Amino acid sequence: MLSDEEKKEIRAEQEMFPTNQAASIGAMLVLQKHRGWISDDTLADLADFLQLTVDELDSVATFYDKIFRKPVGDHIIRVCDSVSCWIMGYESLRDQLYQQLQIKFGETTPDHKFTLLPNVCLGDCDHAPVMMIDDRLYRNVTPEELVQILSDY
Amino acid sequence: MVTIYIDGKPYQVDAGQNLLHICLSMGINLPYFCWHPAMGSVGACRQCAVKQFRDENDTRGRLVMACMTPAVEGLRISVQDPQAVEFRASIIEWLMENHPHDCPVCDEGGECHLQDMTVMTGHTYRHYRWKKRTFRNQNLGPFINHEMNRCIQCYRCVRFYRGFAGGRDFDAFSNHNTVYFGRKTDGVLESEFSGNLVEVCPTGVFTDKTFRKHYTRKWDLQTAPSVCVNCSLGCNTTPGERYGQLRRIRNRYNFNVNGYFLCDRGRYGYEFVNSDRRIRQARLRRNREAAFESVAPDEGLQRIKEIVKKSGRTIGIGSPRASLESNFALRTLVGPEHFFSGATVKDHELVTEAIKILRDIPSSMASLHEVETSDAALVLGEDVNNVAPMAAYALRQSVRCKPQAISQKLKISDWDDTAAREAVQDQKGPLYLATIADTRLDDMATRTFHASPQEIARLGFAVAHQISPTAPQPENLDSAALELSKMIAQDLKDAESPVVVSGCSLEEKSILYAAANVVQALRSIGKPARLFLTLPESNSLGLELLEPGSLNQAFAIAREDNVEAAIILENDLYRRSNPALLEAFFKSIPSVIVLDSLDNPTAQKADVLLPAATFAESDGTLVNNESRAQRYFQVFVPQDDIKESWVWLRAIGDALGQEEPGARKTFDGLIADMVKELPFLAPVQEISPASGFRIAGAKIPRQPHRYSGRTSMHANVSVHEPQPPQDPDSPLSFSMEGFLAEPPIEQPPASLIPEFWAPGWNSIQSLNKFQEEVSGPLIGGDPGKRIILPPDPEQAAYFDEIPEPFASRAGELLLAPLYAIYGSEELSIHTPGEAQLTPPLRLEINPRDAQQFNLTGETVLQVSVDSQVFELPLHISASIPEGTAGMICGLPEMPYVALPAWGKVTPKPVNSSTENPG
Amino acid sequence: MERPLTQDLHTDGTPLALDEYERTGGYQTLRKALLEMSPQDITNVVKQSGLAGRGGAAFPTGSKWSFVPMGPDAPRPKYLVANADEMEPGTFKDRLLLEYNPHQLIEGMILASYAIEASVSFVFLRWEYKVAGERIERAIAEAYQAGYLGKNILGSKFDLELHLHVSGGRYMAGEETGLLNALEGKRANPRSKPPFPQTSGLWGKPTIVNNVETLSNVPHIIDKGAAWFQGLSLTDEPGTKIFGVSGKVNHPGLWELPLGTPMQEIINEYAGGMRQGLTIRGVLPGGASTDFLTPENLNVPMDFKSVQKLGSRLGTGTMIVMDDKTCPVGMVLNLEHFFAQESCGWCTPCWAGTQYIERTLHAIENGEGQIEDLDRLEAHTWKLGPGNTYCAFAPGAVEPLQSALKYYRADFEEHIKQKHCPWR
Ligand SMILES: Cc1cc2nc3c(=O)[nH]c(=O)nc-3n(C[C@H](O)[C@H](O)[C@H](O)COP(=O)(O)O)c2cc1C
Ligand code: SF4
Ligand code: FES
Repeated sequence: MLSDEEKKEIRAEQEMFPTNQAASIGAMLVLQKHRGWISDDTLADLADFLQLTVDELDSVATFYDKIFRKPVGDHIIRVCDSVSCWIMGYESLRDQLYQQLQIKFGETTPDHKFTLLPNVCLGDCDHAPVMMIDDRLYRNVTPEELVQILSDY
Repeated sequence: MVTIYIDGKPYQVDAGQNLLHICLSMGINLPYFCWHPAMGSVGACRQCAVKQFRDENDTRGRLVMACMTPAVEGLRISVQDPQAVEFRASIIEWLMENHPHDCPVCDEGGECHLQDMTVMTGHTYRHYRWKKRTFRNQNLGPFINHEMNRCIQCYRCVRFYRGFAGGRDFDAFSNHNTVYFGRKTDGVLESEFSGNLVEVCPTGVFTDKTFRKHYTRKWDLQTAPSVCVNCSLGCNTTPGERYGQLRRIRNRYNFNVNGYFLCDRGRYGYEFVNSDRRIRQARLRRNREAAFESVAPDEGLQRIKEIVKKSGRTIGIGSPRASLESNFALRTLVGPEHFFSGATVKDHELVTEAIKILRDIPSSMASLHEVETSDAALVLGEDVNNVAPMAAYALRQSVRCKPQAISQKLKISDWDDTAAREAVQDQKGPLYLATIADTRLDDMATRTFHASPQEIARLGFAVAHQISPTAPQPENLDSAALELSKMIAQDLKDAESPVVVSGCSLEEKSILYAAANVVQALRSIGKPARLFLTLPESNSLGLELLEPGSLNQAFAIAREDNVEAAIILENDLYRRSNPALLEAFFKSIPSVIVLDSLDNPTAQKADVLLPAATFAESDGTLVNNESRAQRYFQVFVPQDDIKESWVWLRAIGDALGQEEPGARKTFDGLIADMVKELPFLAPVQEISPASGFRIAGAKIPRQPHRYSGRTSMHANVSVHEPQPPQDPDSPLSFSMEGFLAEPPIEQPPASLIPEFWAPGWNSIQSLNKFQEEVSGPLIGGDPGKRIILPPDPEQAAYFDEIPEPFASRAGELLLAPLYAIYGSEELSIHTPGEAQLTPPLRLEINPRDAQQFNLTGETVLQVSVDSQVFELPLHISASIPEGTAGMICGLPEMPYVALPAWGKVTPKPVNSSTENPG
Repeated sequence: MERPLTQDLHTDGTPLALDEYERTGGYQTLRKALLEMSPQDITNVVKQSGLAGRGGAAFPTGSKWSFVPMGPDAPRPKYLVANADEMEPGTFKDRLLLEYNPHQLIEGMILASYAIEASVSFVFLRWEYKVAGERIERAIAEAYQAGYLGKNILGSKFDLELHLHVSGGRYMAGEETGLLNALEGKRANPRSKPPFPQTSGLWGKPTIVNNVETLSNVPHIIDKGAAWFQGLSLTDEPGTKIFGVSGKVNHPGLWELPLGTPMQEIINEYAGGMRQGLTIRGVLPGGASTDFLTPENLNVPMDFKSVQKLGSRLGTGTMIVMDDKTCPVGMVLNLEHFFAQESCGWCTPCWAGTQYIERTLHAIENGEGQIEDLDRLEAHTWKLGPGNTYCAFAPGAVEPLQSALKYYRADFEEHIKQKHCPWR
């Protein structure tokens, strides 16, 4: 069941577009904001609401990397793994995260606190290496800062 | 027409057509994957690359995709250009990187487009040396096997399933090199056209699951041209046999009829041929209480001779599922005045009426192809998805015709599939559906109209009147229906080639009249409108063309006259008539002779039972809904004592010493006789060459030239290779010897192509070698000929039998027939996969009626109708009109009831002891 | 030096507020244009100005607009989309315009919409640009409130809706036709051209997709005229460009400079030159999908034609500098990993070819390469070239590879010979 709040936000997406299909990506991002990820049940509820099939929704959901079809942790760490950050040594940032969180890219810490993901260029190449935790961007991340940053969560 | 140059040679071609279509039509081999002749181009696979040059001085050129490049005057391309050749080989190499190379264990092997294209491009060695990507497969139900690792990401499946067949439970998932084609989760594919995935997929991702249970390589199958027996549309099929078992059915292209596709009922409805319930020996009973004993055929015949000799009168009951020839043979045996239609009384009347209508306006009959290409359609009464599925497919495509104007205005070619669809979006041409309840075509409809059969007829009459005021007008039409009729009339008038689809399934004659009136009205204002009527069964029209009496007349004669024996041809009368009437009928007839292939309640009543061949074991002609006579051929010679019905009937005639011209002893002779007696059947003689036909002195082999194991398949019995069975009835042989078709050099007439194959083209895609042009008619003309073709009279009179408005009755509901794609028709339940998908018995009632009758969710109902009482679970359905109820008819556990009929519906009393029917 | 796009920006990281923007002349052009100019007038000025698309392909903006069917018979609604997807690695210029001057973009979008008679417009924003999203959202609301958006804008009878759409991700969603599919809620596969979006785009209706920087230029061009715009640059390609430098330079960053500013000057003067102890070995002049330029070409004037003459592309004008301590094979592997991952899966050379390239480079980088791999990679670069694939993604993907094979072949061979990366 979609909550009223969720429905309201999804309707706002629908109003932008002439078709429900077009609203589907925004709708999934809305639900993900509320629920963390898009479970099969969520998908089915949304399919009902938008009069699309679960197959149609999942076809789109699995195409876009910002839609999660698997459970994730409370916070998503996205490390830029693209070229400028690579030149500037994102790999050591990554390795440090591996070590501190004891997980690898694509994994979630056992306490469900963090999910660690690589991300394509975050568009902040003049501040490489860059990473994002949830909606917040961290620039020129040094190993020393990293400890501090993680402890804020 | 423009001139283009392919590798320096000039060709005259259609301007704007794509180069791949052109090359294949010209016989130039060019590999491809994502393009499909029925689905157009999308340019995804990049396999069909050719070099295009600016002018004759350009030596560098650039690669273009043939399927995405339109022909323009003076265009120069090279197929053989080394860079193009190298590029095409690379495409295959890329596609094969992840492919499992499991051809030896792949069901597609030997008829795989990917194999063919791999050989065609010359790719032999791959350099990829890493792990392949792998997928998990899904269980997609009883029909389709899924093996995703073989996928080459050509997107044909998803384009077909969603874009053409209209299914919404299948899609593409994920991206880059791991795109997954399937459902979100395991489950039966919902589309009734899912089986086409097997032929649409160029590799072995989707294969025939039923075939897999008794798998045989394509080259080991014995095949013959055949016609589907599962509904009245007469789609052309290619059944394949090995070791006396029918192994599968594939589509056989016919431009006018089914084109490239089949419905699942037709494709998978073949397994009854191998059923345990087949009657394989002659059987007889000493008396009605005695058990059956199997006897030698001669003994059976001897017994028949005794029975029939006793007295004068023998009546014959024909069958809408038996061939024209078998029905005619029975008619001749018993005499036309003693020959009765084995159809239900209602069907008999309706089909007879349909014939009259078709004869009145024969030039307006639509083929399936014409339905597909019509730009406005009105459906009156038919739930086409369930009674004639390929008509639903055709209508689905028809709504795309009118919006083509949008893409044409943008100069988008019709073959440019994604572009055309983007331009059109979900705009649809007019399609109006007037049916009892919702159908699986509703998503395509401009408007739906759910009403009782008479209201559907009235709507049709109103539409006709709106088009032409001289057409009679229904009285007291409610305002909504009036408005709708105006809207429909306008859309039909605005169309260039409108079609009206109707038929017999609601068992309401006035619907046929209404449909005819709409077509007549349109014609009267100069619109080339067409009529498409679906009929109950595969040879309903053929049977009624022989002008049999009705079943009730047969019952009456049996009661009143001294009828000694009845011969019942391939017919389970318990599906045709009220059981009480039948019991009386069987009681009144001293001897009952039944010819049939599957055991059924009627066969149980036989005094003598003769084992009849199925379609796969016979030659014959079926006349489809548009009166197209189509020949089907024996795929294999039946084992045991099974014989074609017409052969049995001839033998009975012989035993009785009927004077027969010698010629009738052959199939050709039988047809000649038939045509002599009923000259309007002349086309039947012309639809395929007579048995003496030879090419280069040879017969056409049913077995491919690679057919293996012939010398060893009987070695456990005898090391001597048995002589192949002879076929005196057709120009086909039961062997691998004979004329080897080598299209396009020489090929058999289209009616005699046992299987499409050409050198280098082992898959069904070899078809392009047999067509005049890609997706055009087969070379030499498509098989089949219409029987009803006399010239149109000036203008036939309008029908004016307009029914009264529907009025609901207190305490009663009008029970109307609903249909299930699997289960309503006789044969599907004998196919395990289809039987599995048969819906449960139920009575569908409008929620308001349910409320009125105090019925809730789980109630079991007691339904009294046609002097019978049934117990049926209630199913509340908002789409059933108030005052009516829908009953899925034909299900095996339901006795026959003549519908529509008023019935009393009450909740089943607690502790009721009434047995469930069946 | 005039920097029309950026000269008024705050330096403290905050965006230019509506009143500030208005004070610097913002929305004045719009007022003037809507009341005094016809849609054709706008298109003509933009055409005369010679503005070329800043999204990478440098297509002349005015002539793109002129393909849109106009007048009462034109299909409607028509759409305008600001492409704010900016996902190409090494590219970060649109972020600046989005975060710091959202109203400039909105004004540009309204003008462009007016020029093509669009009634609905979208900002297609990449998911990761959170700050930009908030600021644009606010700016849109402000613009509605001020009567710059909505019905009868400034009394001109011109109506326009403007929506922010946040992408679900994927680089292909930034490709013009992939973007249309993404906006329609479909998989971001490309569409065939023709038909071009100008005639059949969103929901089959005429649609213009322009880059953020392109649109941000429009108000200034309409305000100050074509001649002024042409005067901004150092070469015959008009206007300024937001250039960026990333990599191991002293001051990576973004600067709005005249088109035609020499690369050397940008790297050395604006970006402060290479970090100590490093020299330049190569530069990708305009993002991940451009060919390497080598040190001898650093004096190239940064405009579309000049860079093209050297066998590369100006692209987005955001340079990625490869220093002499960075492994070219590793760098190309990183780039090709990106492309293989982001391929949408539509056409074979792209989904299979990029995958093959990544695997091969991975093998070479990890000491499992074969010398024949280099020829195979080489062959992939032409097979994934322009025209051979469905859209420009794959041709872009092989640009850095083909130039790396040309300029750094020895490094590849060394990897294969030594069976490991010599830089590690
Ligand atoms: C794979 C791919 C990704 C692209 N991504 C972007 C993008 O993120 N932003 C952008 O403005 N243009 C992008 N483009 C270019 C667009 O296709 C299009 O040319 C551009 O948005 C047009 O705007 P312009 O004419 O103003 O340059 C991309 C092109 C390709 C092939
Ligand atoms: S499953 Fe078959 S039809 Fe579908 S994309 Fe793969 S190869 Fe093509
Ligand atoms: S058949 Fe032409 S690109 Fe696939």
